[in-house]
Amino acid sequence: MIWASSLPPFIPFFIAALLVLVTRGHLRSVILLATPVLGGLHLWLDVQPFVPMVASDALITAKELSYTLNMFSYQLEFMRVDKLSLLFGYLFHIASFIAIIYALHVRDTTQQVVSLLYAGSALGAVFAGDLISLFIFWEGLALSSVFLIWARRSEQAIKTGTRYLIFQVMSGVLLLAGALMYFNQTGSTDFNFIGIESTAGWLILIAFGIKSAFPFLHTWLTEGYPEATPTGTVFLSAFTTKVAVYALARGYPGTDLLVYVGAAMTCFPIFYAVIENDLRRVLAYSMINQVGFMVCGIGIGTALALNGAVAHAFNDVIFKGLLFMSMGAVLHRVGNINGSDLGGLYKSMPKTAMLCIVGAASISAFPLFSGFVSKSMVMSAMLLEGHNYLWLMLLFASAGVFHHAGIKIPYFAFFHHDSGIRVKEAPTNMLIAMSIAAVLCIFIGTQPQYLYALLPWKVDYWPYDMTHVLAQLQILFFSALAFVWLNKQGLYPPELRSVNIDFEWTYRKLLPATARASYTVLQRFNCAVANAAQQSWQGFQSVFQASRLSQYHLASSWPTGSMVLWIGVILGGYLLADIYFK
Amino acid sequence: MIENHLSLLLVALPLLAAPIVAVLPNGRLPWALSTLVSWSVCYLAAWQLINVSSGQVISYELGGWAPPWGIEYRIDAANALVALIVSGIAALTLPYALKSVIKEIPHQQHALFYAAFMLCLTGLLGIAQTGDIFNLFVFLEISSLSSYALISLGKQRQALTAAYQYLIMGTIGATFFIIGVGLLYAMTGTLNMADLAQRLPELYEHRTIHTAFAFIMVGFALKLALFPLHLWLPNAYTYAPTVVTIFLAATATKVAVYVMLRMVFTVFGFSFIENTPTDELFLLLCVTAILSMSFYAIYQKDSKRLLAYSSVAQIAYMMLGIGLGSVLGVTATLVHLFNHALMKGALFMAIGALIYRVGSSRLEHFSGLGKQMPWTFAAIVIGGLSLIGVPGTAGFISKWYLVLAAIEQQHWLIVGVILMGSLLAVAYVWKIIEVLYFNATDEREQQNTAVKEAPLMMLIPMWVLVLANIYFGFNTELTVGTAEQAVKLLMPGAN
Repeated sequence: MIWASSLPPFIPFFIAALLVLVTRGHLRSVILLATPVLGGLHLWLDVQPFVPMVASDALITAKELSYTLNMFSYQLEFMRVDKLSLLFGYLFHIASFIAIIYALHVRDTTQQVVSLLYAGSALGAVFAGDLISLFIFWEGLALSSVFLIWARRSEQAIKTGTRYLIFQVMSGVLLLAGALMYFNQTGSTDFNFIGIESTAGWLILIAFGIKSAFPFLHTWLTEGYPEATPTGTVFLSAFTTKVAVYALARGYPGTDLLVYVGAAMTCFPIFYAVIENDLRRVLAYSMINQVGFMVCGIGIGTALALNGAVAHAFNDVIFKGLLFMSMGAVLHRVGNINGSDLGGLYKSMPKTAMLCIVGAASISAFPLFSGFVSKSMVMSAMLLEGHNYLWLMLLFASAGVFHHAGIKIPYFAFFHHDSGIRVKEAPTNMLIAMSIAAVLCIFIGTQPQYLYALLPWKVDYWPYDMTHVLAQLQILFFSALAFVWLNKQGLYPPELRSVNIDFEWTYRKLLPATARASYTVLQRFNCAVANAAQQSWQGFQSVFQASRLSQYHLASSWPTGSMVLWIGVILGGYLLADIYFK
Repeated sequence: MIENHLSLLLVALPLLAAPIVAVLPNGRLPWALSTLVSWSVCYLAAWQLINVSSGQVISYELGGWAPPWGIEYRIDAANALVALIVSGIAALTLPYALKSVIKEIPHQQHALFYAAFMLCLTGLLGIAQTGDIFNLFVFLEISSLSSYALISLGKQRQALTAAYQYLIMGTIGATFFIIGVGLLYAMTGTLNMADLAQRLPELYEHRTIHTAFAFIMVGFALKLALFPLHLWLPNAYTYAPTVVTIFLAATATKVAVYVMLRMVFTVFGFSFIENTPTDELFLLLCVTAILSMSFYAIYQKDSKRLLAYSSVAQIAYMMLGIGLGSVLGVTATLVHLFNHALMKGALFMAIGALIYRVGSSRLEHFSGLGKQMPWTFAAIVIGGLSLIGVPGTAGFISKWYLVLAAIEQQHWLIVGVILMGSLLAVAYVWKIIEVLYFNATDEREQQNTAVKEAPLMMLIPMWVLVLANIYFGFNTELTVGTAEQAVKLLMPGAN
């Protein structure tokens, strides 16, 4: 299989997307399922990184395997294989396999085609060896994923989707601008360490930052994900932010700024998540929080921290996917995902409830669940580097995660007061998908050595020692205590049927209001000018009509007259400028 | 034998075909003959391009009169590329035309329509081929007069007004051009471009030469619809028969841009231009045009008019390359010349297919058609992506070179404007797609549910162009390669 080993992993997905377009029924399902399986096997068996990386020569890439394409005068490198890209490659195959099973009952060609294109673009992005091909897949991610939101086909979804797309395209434009400047400065478009010493570096960082939901750039995520279709959100949660995390880990490891940004990302969403009613939106906020841990890890930049960041990305895709899947199953059956309207569903959906609890335990980093083995790496690295206060912030964030994602999600959906809703258990394919994810969560949580073996940097680390386990359990139990106590005392924010607007207020409310105000002012100004002009024109006309000139119809037809005027202006202006100014 | 007279045949074939087509009985015959001619011309143009692709220059003496006294056809990579664009688009438009013309033009005028089309093709090819500045004027008039006639054949009554306005404007443009040519002739005594290029440098300081240049620039700025002299274009494109819009949008303005290139770089030389306000003027007008015209396009309610405004903005991108005056800039101009013909051709063909089925070009009449006509819809999406400049499409390549050219000279404002223009393009392409795909609640959609996919005769040429948009987004040997060859000859001093 020599020829195949250099086959970029996105190609099977793109071909499958075409095949899905022309097939129907069972054949289509088979193609959908076979794509990630075959692609994943190919990646697992045929593709090996050149040399295992060690911490010292971090990210010097091995280009033994590369698949290049000449696009105008540039060489596009579609297949740069090292352990970092390979880890994300495995992850995206697993994630797309789970999500495809979860979405198998969907009969919507658009969604099926774009989800394959979307997964393919994500794979293309992590294996891209230069900034131009990264940009191509970056835009591919944006253009394909937006259809997963639009596919809900409601007025609201179309509007939200469009706003989502604007953010994503902006990120793409910034990336392109940055890449062009980077090329102009360095003469190369290779995608390796970039750093923030140059303007180009900043532009690219902001582009990555939009996709990884930095504070104030995050609104597309919290707005868009809850609006997508139940199955679409599962795809969305797996790829976009993780590609961004990958890109940050590749381009900006050890950038101090990222530690602070990451710490902010872990904390601020907690407040919103606690008061939010739409449970999928709660998950969207908790997603920012989890990405915050990864960004922190990248910012610290030691081998342990970077390993922790990518390992956490790996786990996050699976447990966050599991949570989104369980909420999607509820939405699918009940048709509504507001915490205020649900409750007592454990009676009718016991399996979904159980699987949701596994996901909740993993995201809260319970020992023996997957979140614990990766989050603790980031936390340890933080202490080792002496960021004590930031470490406390992360501790607070960990408690917060448990609060809103670990307890709130399962509690309000499945337990709480009985809402009287009686529905059927989730469809079999959804249950299978969720079970796979749940098994993975527990497997990685109990046998972390297999995940650690895949990590790009060589580090000896073992999470199950006394301090870690105890500290984590203390946080969790006190956090649970706080939840129970607040609830008993009636102090816990009640689930209200309301929409919380955070930073998107600026462009959903402030900008339109400013625009309206300035428009009114402009209009008044225009009116005044127009009146003045009209009066003087009338004055001119009365003089003109009295004169003999009016007998010649000089300017009767608008475009012709106006164009001839312009010709005169340009010719005259040009000649004057030519003669006097040059 | 053919190879020796290749350059002439390219112009003579359609010219000879025109009267024959005109006297053929109305029916399919005129169409068949014109199609045949356009295909042979396309073949010849491709042959010609291969002959000059490695940097040779073919000089053909018309009637055996040696230049500079006789008329010379002087073919290098730039001409050959433009000739290929013109003939290629004609060869694709004519098969497409069969059904559309039957629907839009009265039966008794079919033969005349195709005759006028052949004349227009003759004129455009002639402009591209000739190396004689007066001969260029003659071909300019041939193409202009025939296009006035073609536009006036539109179904709505406004077509007559639009054609009339274009006639006035076009005539002013041509007159300005001939005034300029007259002044040049008075100063140098020659009409041959290569000869002029040799004689002009010693007269650079002369005010008459500056005036001549100003007249020629303004005249052609009119013909290529450079903002703010574009006012004739939206009406002409909107009311002309669909086929005419496709053909003119993809070729006529491109040929005018080519003439601009030829005048600026070959005849006058960029060292002359640098001492005039031309480059600053171009940059100023183009930046304004890209922003304002893209903005105008967003607010159009008629699909053809929307694309027409977008064309004005896109032409500004090409002129921007000339205004920058660098090797990269002119390469970008030539590449965009080619790519824009591909994308606008594809888009107007797709819109034409919608018009063919619905009978109107207003956007609101298109609602929900995306589901009924998936292939046409897909063509609009891909054509639109190319117009925006998404990577993997031809549009990206031209934007890329243009941005590189602007960065090279540290014109950050222009870089911003180009990127901003792309965002505005997203908005106006989105308008079409939104109507086609999302407006599901409209009552019009009920009427549109019976609409079928466009006929195969329209889909095939449309998709040839759509696939070309993707192909030239990856393989740029033809576009960028030829453009670089052409730039070497246009700007011998640089690099």
